[in-house]
Amino acid sequence: MSTTIPAPQEAATPIVIVGHVDHGKSTLIGRLLYDTDSLPEGRVAQIIESSKKRGLTIEWSFLLDSLQIERDQGVTVDSTRIPFRLGDRQFVIVDAPGHRQFLRNMITGAADAEAAVLVIDANEGAQEQTRRHAMLLRLIGIRHVIVLMNKVDILDYDQHKIETAEREVTELLRQLEIEPTVFVPASAREGDNIASRSDKMAWYKGPTLTEALAQVPAPSSRADLPLRLPVQDVYRFDTKRVVVGRIERGRIRVGDEVVVGTHGARARIATIESWHTAPQVAAIAGQSVAVTLEPDVIPDRGDFLFPASDAPLRAARIRTRLFWLRQEPLRVGESFRLRLATAEHQVTVAAIDSVVRLEDLTEHPAEEVPPEGFAEITLAVSETMLFDPFLPGTADGRGVLVDRNQQIVGGAPLVGVAESVAGRNAIHPTGSTVSLWDRAQARGHRGGVFWMTGLPGAGKSTLARAAENRLFARGVDVSVLDGDTLRAGLCSDLGFSDADRRENVRRAAAVARILAESGQVVIVALISPTIADRELARQIVGDGFYEIFIDTPQATCEQRDPKGLYAAARAGKIAGFTGIDAPYEAPATPALRLETAQRGSDETATQLATFIGDAIRIDGAAGRARS
Amino acid sequence: MDDLDQLEAQSIFILREAYRKLKPLAMLWSLGKDSNVMIWLARKAFLGRVPFPVMHVDTGKKFPEMYKFRDEYTKKWDLELLLGDCPPVEDIDPTLPPAARSAARKTAGLAAMIDKYKLAGVIAGIRRDEQATRAKERVFSPRGSGHKWDVRNQPPEFWDQYATPHEAGMHVRVHPLLSWREIDIWRYIERENIPLVDLYFAKDGKRYRSLGDQDITSPVESNAVTVAEVIAELETSRTSERAGRAMDHESEDAFERLRVAGYL
Repeated sequence: MSTTIPAPQEAATPIVIVGHVDHGKSTLIGRLLYDTDSLPEGRVAQIIESSKKRGLTIEWSFLLDSLQIERDQGVTVDSTRIPFRLGDRQFVIVDAPGHRQFLRNMITGAADAEAAVLVIDANEGAQEQTRRHAMLLRLIGIRHVIVLMNKVDILDYDQHKIETAEREVTELLRQLEIEPTVFVPASAREGDNIASRSDKMAWYKGPTLTEALAQVPAPSSRADLPLRLPVQDVYRFDTKRVVVGRIERGRIRVGDEVVVGTHGARARIATIESWHTAPQVAAIAGQSVAVTLEPDVIPDRGDFLFPASDAPLRAARIRTRLFWLRQEPLRVGESFRLRLATAEHQVTVAAIDSVVRLEDLTEHPAEEVPPEGFAEITLAVSETMLFDPFLPGTADGRGVLVDRNQQIVGGAPLVGVAESVAGRNAIHPTGSTVSLWDRAQARGHRGGVFWMTGLPGAGKSTLARAAENRLFARGVDVSVLDGDTLRAGLCSDLGFSDADRRENVRRAAAVARILAESGQVVIVALISPTIADRELARQIVGDGFYEIFIDTPQATCEQRDPKGLYAAARAGKIAGFTGIDAPYEAPATPALRLETAQRGSDETATQLATFIGDAIRIDGAAGRARS
Repeated sequence: MDDLDQLEAQSIFILREAYRKLKPLAMLWSLGKDSNVMIWLARKAFLGRVPFPVMHVDTGKKFPEMYKFRDEYTKKWDLELLLGDCPPVEDIDPTLPPAARSAARKTAGLAAMIDKYKLAGVIAGIRRDEQATRAKERVFSPRGSGHKWDVRNQPPEFWDQYATPHEAGMHVRVHPLLSWREIDIWRYIERENIPLVDLYFAKDGKRYRSLGDQDITSPVESNAVTVAEVIAELETSRTSERAGRAMDHESEDAFERLRVAGYL
């Protein structure tokens, strides 16, 4: 009977493999698994078989593809985390398959990787995704980068050509302050310099890929940095008050003096509490601990415990790098929660300092951060907060931005204290601390913007007012913004040029957004004739925007002509009238289409009110349908 | 810190996040090895107690040894136990293959318990290495009303920042064991001396590697009668842990369909 106690092991080292599509990631992973004997029984025979069928000697990328497809056979080796072993050391390859939402998936998988293998087709050189991925490696703090110059067999293993390609990549990475640990010229398909040295490149004296991986430093302990213990919670069990959290940096020892959060109370670590372990007197970074304090001060979740001699920075305006994950742009003035370790702060984007242009990785001033873009921004915090500048692997300098639906929308490595700006362009909007969900619960419905578009005389305002009545009768907090009302006041300075019409739409959408964020239902009745204008409105409003097309034939509108405008336009008294001498672009896929010609206005108004009622219900069904 | 220390510290962090952020919260207890480890970790996180109820969604088809184990350790570990039953198989989607259909009873039973107790959070002991669809999970996995899992539109999750519910009818599945592998579970059981149902140990040349319902789980060939022997066996084995679970093999997408609908 065996009674061996397994020896303690180092944790597996996570490695992320990134690179442009078709530069050979799958082939590399397949080859690496094969060469390190990490595959389930029978898998290689299968691959050889299916390669033969296609007239190929052996196609390593089938290995990965078949892992994804033939998922339930043998050991589950899913494509998202693939374990393999080199000698005594364990690794996990973090793969982020799928191009849709690639950024989101890659970050989710790779944010804690210890090292990266950047795969580059030596013939093609760096491509768009090479730059994007390299940018991400820098922002999430992966500094140990192995560059695999792949497919060198196509370059006939020619030293000169390979080194030329290397120089280009070196230059690219230099711009990102990434110094690659090593360049490995290799052919994943042929197995050159993957696990065994290639005899076709006698000139290359550096390591093979597996040798390079073996040199990746083991996850560092962070134990030698000054203490940062973010408070996760405070429990009162029996008569004791216990402060719990994970040590992010440094170490604690019973008797140590610590400063508690922004209020700065001082206390000593009285005990380190635990269950089912030997009594502890010390703990280091990475451990989840429970401590009692003397005196018994009561910290809040989010407070850092730190040594008086080495405090974090304190600021209310913070320069921040950003990788933006939303599909819509980010603009100055938007508010978020900044989560930093266990703390949450209300922040507003005070300035977009620069945006990275991916073609050449240069930084430029810009009005907005594009969807899934990279930027440097300044965040204004509602009160001063404590933080450390971002250091890879530690939690006290890497924030995430969370929107009002609790969705993570961006990663925000904090750079440092921003100089306060006094110029007239500096804006300091404050964000609401009341969540959309709180408002919806208080009102009994959620807010939203119902944007009605259609020809002049289509019946937009009439329908809007009728629906307003019905909704109000049901207790819905509803208001209508219609074109004439806006032009009588807020937009009285605007004419009917294209630019003025666009400005009219922009202002209407901005007001609608403010109202909707306060929990109201806003019905906008505006001709808004172009698709581009309505797209602008949708972007300004964000979530909870519904386009409603009042689809009335022009002949009917002209026949109704409630304000006599068609007649005036026909008579040449009005120029640029929509439907006569200015175009109307009907929406292709509105959230709701109402045909007023066939149906009575009563019936149509009921239909509209029902649609709005469903969309703002807080039992969730409609809300999720649009997210 | 060795690898088990690190896994333990991370799981404790996750359990404390769940306890702080999701109320009301409950932990699933299937009586198997993983959920015993999970309860053990909770006792570590909360200094000897489990400050939320544990739930057993009972199919009525577990092994007698499991029911005995449940009753014994509910007392010994001072657990608040919530019991839920499952609808008969006739009430379940007849287009599912037979074993999956049987397993789907548990989904329905779980959904009923989540609704009954209006749970915001359910802690479950699934691991990435068990099954491909589990590998794609988040640590905090939000579920919409109807408990559906939208595998193609999961929230980003990084730097230990997790999504929380923001609408009525939503709940979050919390997975503190996601990064553990089968062998880690066994090494931890050995290190901490965590009790198990003895069906995991060989009798007459067979043992259970994974415990489900009696009618859809079968034992594997083995002579391992101690935890150490199980570990030694796993170090050389290359067959799947869930090889004995019928529903995993019925059709390519049976398991995925189950999970999208709310199965664990």
